[in-house]
Amino acid sequence: MTKSNVMEVPPKGGFTFDLCRRNTMLQQQGAKLPKFRKTGTTIVGLIFKDGVILGADTRATEGEIVCDKNCEKIHYLAPNISCCGAGTAADTENVTDMVSSQLVLHRYATGRESRVVTALTMLKSHLFRYQGQVSAALVLGGVDVTGPHLHAVYPHGSTDTLPFATMGSGSLAAMSVFESRYKENLTKEEGMEIVSAAICAGIFNDLGSGSNVDLCIITKARKEYLRNYQQPNPRSYSRSKGYDFKIGHTAVLSTKITQLRQHVQVLEGDAMEEE
Amino acid sequence: MSITSYNGSALIAMVGKDCFAIASDRRLGVNFQTIACDFQRIFKIHDHLYIGLSGLATDVQTMHQRLNFRHKLYQLREERNMRPETFASLVSAMLYEKRFGPYFCEPIIAGLNDDGTPFICTTDLIGAKQLAKDFVVSGTASESLYGACESMYKPDLGPDELFEVISQALLASVDRDCISGWGGIVHVVTPNQVITKTLKGRMD
Repeated sequence: MTKSNVMEVPPKGGFTFDLCRRNTMLQQQGAKLPKFRKTGTTIVGLIFKDGVILGADTRATEGEIVCDKNCEKIHYLAPNISCCGAGTAADTENVTDMVSSQLVLHRYATGRESRVVTALTMLKSHLFRYQGQVSAALVLGGVDVTGPHLHAVYPHGSTDTLPFATMGSGSLAAMSVFESRYKENLTKEEGMEIVSAAICAGIFNDLGSGSNVDLCIITKARKEYLRNYQQPNPRSYSRSKGYDFKIGHTAVLSTKITQLRQHVQVLEGDAMEEE
Repeated sequence: MSITSYNGSALIAMVGKDCFAIASDRRLGVNFQTIACDFQRIFKIHDHLYIGLSGLATDVQTMHQRLNFRHKLYQLREERNMRPETFASLVSAMLYEKRFGPYFCEPIIAGLNDDGTPFICTTDLIGAKQLAKDFVVSGTASESLYGACESMYKPDLGPDELFEVISQALLASVDRDCISGWGGIVHVVTPNQVITKTLKGRMD
């Protein structure tokens, strides 16, 4: 009798493929795979005089439904490097977390601040190894000893090094803003204005992007993360009085109240007194 | 036919003032035939942490068994219970491990932090975490659930009012979905007690 391996100790890491046969069998019988959460998205990056500005919208979709109206698409990689992610949400989050951990170890090993090209190489080799099955399209930006850098990373592992970049379903809308307004040596305010305009172009024209604008400004001195920098879409539905349900309104079949264990406190005197 | 609509499910978790509520429907079906009206989809991990699992029933049970095992191992090693955020990361990592051959279940995690503030979170079937400050939904009735929760939810409700709101949202939504419903069960958790109520709903 073969030993059941459902209750094995936690594995060391990486992907496991033990459910693939069962899932292929289910698909052959006609069942459709459920949709993954995607980030639709407009993500952009731009190099200005002193550094890099990254921008992203905040809508996450599951098929056609908006499942998160205010998600975070700008991920932390290192104190001087950030990454915006588009594509399958689980893939972008996990690949950026993984590279972030590897960069910490790399900093301990080298004793130096991380460079953007290090993060770039780690990302592109991981994505190429999985031949595009890990669906993460990223805009990577940061400032290191060699200056500001901005890269676009595609799901199959190719990269572009650019002065301004856009990715995601809203990338065309955002790129139109960049192509008409970008110039060299922008100031920080001009850069922020152009990046917000590009994200707003994606929010209003692309159905996969929406809600608010997040910005991240990285310079040699510091990194500023402006969460919900602009909120051009306030909630339109509001019912002034809201719904008021009377207590006891819902029909209940049974009720069970369980008191949770209280902590015992010894106040004064000996805990055990002999008498 | 989608794999997640083979069994049918509806789950909500909502945040209140120093409490949270988690609710699910009770039907277990095989396509359009109902097999059971008392299927358990919400599982207690410890006193202040609950997980609800929607989707394929066999994966719901397997995930629950594996998570229970991992939490018990954690309890033995750390001599304390897992915090909700840690547990959410554990669930996310276990689901992403199966990225190319996933479990067909979408969990909802709801818990109280050590200081009594509530925490809710959901992930998709491959572990993309989504934190929320108000409510999270999952299951075949999710589109109706989103609508009902958006209009009925109010912040900072006490345990009794929160129970009413979450029950009404659940019952209203499952009425619009053929394959979920047949009653409901709600757990309202405060720092000192857990109130579990079963709901009377339409049995069709």
